[in-house]
Amino acid sequence: MNFNRHHLLGMKGLTKEEIETILSTAESLKEISFRDIKKVPTLRGKTVVNFFHEPSTRTRTSFEIAAKRLSADTVSLSAGTSSLVKGETLIDTAKNLEAMNPDIIVMRHSMAGAPHLLSRMIKPSILNAGDGMHEHPTQALLDMMTIREKKRTIEGLRVSIIGDIAHSRVARSNIIGLKTMGATVTVSGPPTMIPPFIETMGVEVTSRLQEAIVGADVIMMLRVQLERQKQMLFPSLREYSRFFGLNLDLMKKARRDVIIMHPGPINRGVEMQSEVADGPYSVILDQVTNGVAVRMALLYLLLGGKKSEVAD
Amino acid sequence: MKWLIKGGRFIDPRHQVDDLMDIYVYQGKILDIQPVPAKRSAKNLSDFRVIPAEGLVVTPGLIDIHTHLREPGFEYKETILTGTQAAVAGGLTAVACMANTQPVNDNQSVTEYILKKAKEARMARVFPIGAISPGLKGEGLAEIGELKAAGVVALSDDGHPVTNSQLMRRAMEYARGFDLPIISHCEDLSLSRTGVMNEGAVSAWLGLYGIPSAAEEIMVYRDIQLCQLTQAPLHIAHVSTAGSVQLIREAKKKGLPVTAETAPHYFSLTEEAVIGFDTQAKMNPPLRTKDDSLAIQKGLKDGTIEVIASDHAPHNSLEKEVEFEQAAMGIIGLETILPLTLGLVHRGILTLPQAIAKLTEGPARVLKLSNYGHLPKGSSANLTIMDPDLEFQVDIHSFRSKSRNSPFHGWKLKGKALLTMVEGRVVFNQLTSFSE
Repeated sequence: MNFNRHHLLGMKGLTKEEIETILSTAESLKEISFRDIKKVPTLRGKTVVNFFHEPSTRTRTSFEIAAKRLSADTVSLSAGTSSLVKGETLIDTAKNLEAMNPDIIVMRHSMAGAPHLLSRMIKPSILNAGDGMHEHPTQALLDMMTIREKKRTIEGLRVSIIGDIAHSRVARSNIIGLKTMGATVTVSGPPTMIPPFIETMGVEVTSRLQEAIVGADVIMMLRVQLERQKQMLFPSLREYSRFFGLNLDLMKKARRDVIIMHPGPINRGVEMQSEVADGPYSVILDQVTNGVAVRMALLYLLLGGKKSEVAD
Repeated sequence: MKWLIKGGRFIDPRHQVDDLMDIYVYQGKILDIQPVPAKRSAKNLSDFRVIPAEGLVVTPGLIDIHTHLREPGFEYKETILTGTQAAVAGGLTAVACMANTQPVNDNQSVTEYILKKAKEARMARVFPIGAISPGLKGEGLAEIGELKAAGVVALSDDGHPVTNSQLMRRAMEYARGFDLPIISHCEDLSLSRTGVMNEGAVSAWLGLYGIPSAAEEIMVYRDIQLCQLTQAPLHIAHVSTAGSVQLIREAKKKGLPVTAETAPHYFSLTEEAVIGFDTQAKMNPPLRTKDDSLAIQKGLKDGTIEVIASDHAPHNSLEKEVEFEQAAMGIIGLETILPLTLGLVHRGILTLPQAIAKLTEGPARVLKLSNYGHLPKGSSANLTIMDPDLEFQVDIHSFRSKSRNSPFHGWKLKGKALLTMVEGRVVFNQLTSFSE
């Protein structure tokens, strides 16, 4: 096995071999979710804290199910219930959590670098479940697992990521991971949503949606947030959907075997028409299923994967 | 006390002196400066205490034109006492302190308070900078005449740039009548607002909002145009971009009364220091790129930038050991400004006299402190003795400053102040060969 990390803070720095280890572990664990009794004793006696300092339904639920299927004890803290609302600093809250000896803290935070800060301050493993606009490694890994499932390999594929790249941690983690695995990545969206210097990440950039669609093996659509309109990033949702949304007409220009992905939640009718989201090329729900498997794999690799601890 | 500072290499850039000299100090003033070997008879010397400076460099007392002393209001970050203790430990004999205290230094009472505290501290001399607008709100003119009478040496809304161009124009015109320079913190807030670091490759990777160079350069250009309009002296604070250097260079070519400063971090670090979300690399303006840093070094070399300032901005660990986006902007610098400036000499970018000028003659000229930044006979005995080749490791725990927010912890630097004299008093001494 080729994985010997204490934390998973991002896709940056992960080697191709490490990514392959995570994906193949996830592929072998996926089957558990389809059993009658969806539980194995692998992480019995381990404590997983889901520390979510930003609203999240999908990712938190996915982590909770993943931990429970491996028999870990889970505790969830969200921004509303934690002491952060009482003015406690992030580090103090984390140190208090640490004093209760959890094995891993799964962390979601609205600010970039928050898990990195904690990883320098406390001992338990930190698993980044999304930090600001920076990284969302488990999303990228579940996306890559889904791509591998549908396309067998990632190397040599053409992947287009479309939408609000600037504000997207999903885009950043996917770009880093997909490039590591040897894919060609194109990003597209209104130029206001393409961050300057993004080409230093090794991607092609186009603001013409059609260029990103034609020839792509994988199309990854990103969620557009209404509040960005107030930040003068685009004139209206109406105009956005007309020029940057994915519709059936555009799909006619795509490869026949293209797959369409979305990290959710979807704004139906904005970044993508309902007919596209529900179309035959859509793998959006496979992504969600694989999310549980990828998170099981990471919990296992970060906690139980060390041989001495699995032995009993 | 009578002092003889013996045998040091005396560098006074303003008078183009760079020679081995004996300096005689009597009653807090420079009594005489004599080339080595001494012409005076040994008899006359008997009652002078000797400070041995052989092998060392002696300069007019260093001046920091841009310091935040935080008192009144933020004494948990720094006080006038701890700030001036840090200053003298860094070789500085005088600091100009910014007006963004609480209350703001926008009236004579605050100015008088600062001067009183500084006098009690008996460390570095403090020159207060007054606010341009009451409360730094940018809505009208502070009582500039009264501030001048109370002792301010310049005006600035540092940290809160004056957005209203009409107010900036009027401030420059009005201040000219009181012979006060305006120090401008150039930042277009509508462009920089959400930014927490330089807009560039690193911000793209880290997913942090960037502050583009244009946010600084737009305001540098505006203020240069206002300088042309009013012919009032304008000093551009903490220049961080190549574009700003070029704008200032062109303004100087036109003969406008524009001066400029940069801070050591802008020629010692780049935006890459932010990788890993190190909040000690968060400041405003932000660390820029290698090209900007090189342009700043060129600007220092060709005289476009005549001042190096610390922009000493103390913050408590509470304000730095937090999420990057929430962390306070700024770093402390009083105790590292000299070695980092001397780094430019060791790297062959400036000569030693040029480097010293950025910390003496340069700031004294901007603030029109005619008796500072050089050492003519009869002037107040403010001087610094340094070993420009002494290697040491920066240790934030040894700092006199109340705060520890420095990105240079652990750095191996070369060049250090060993003795600082203010008005004939030895206020800092690490000379092993001399004890009081």
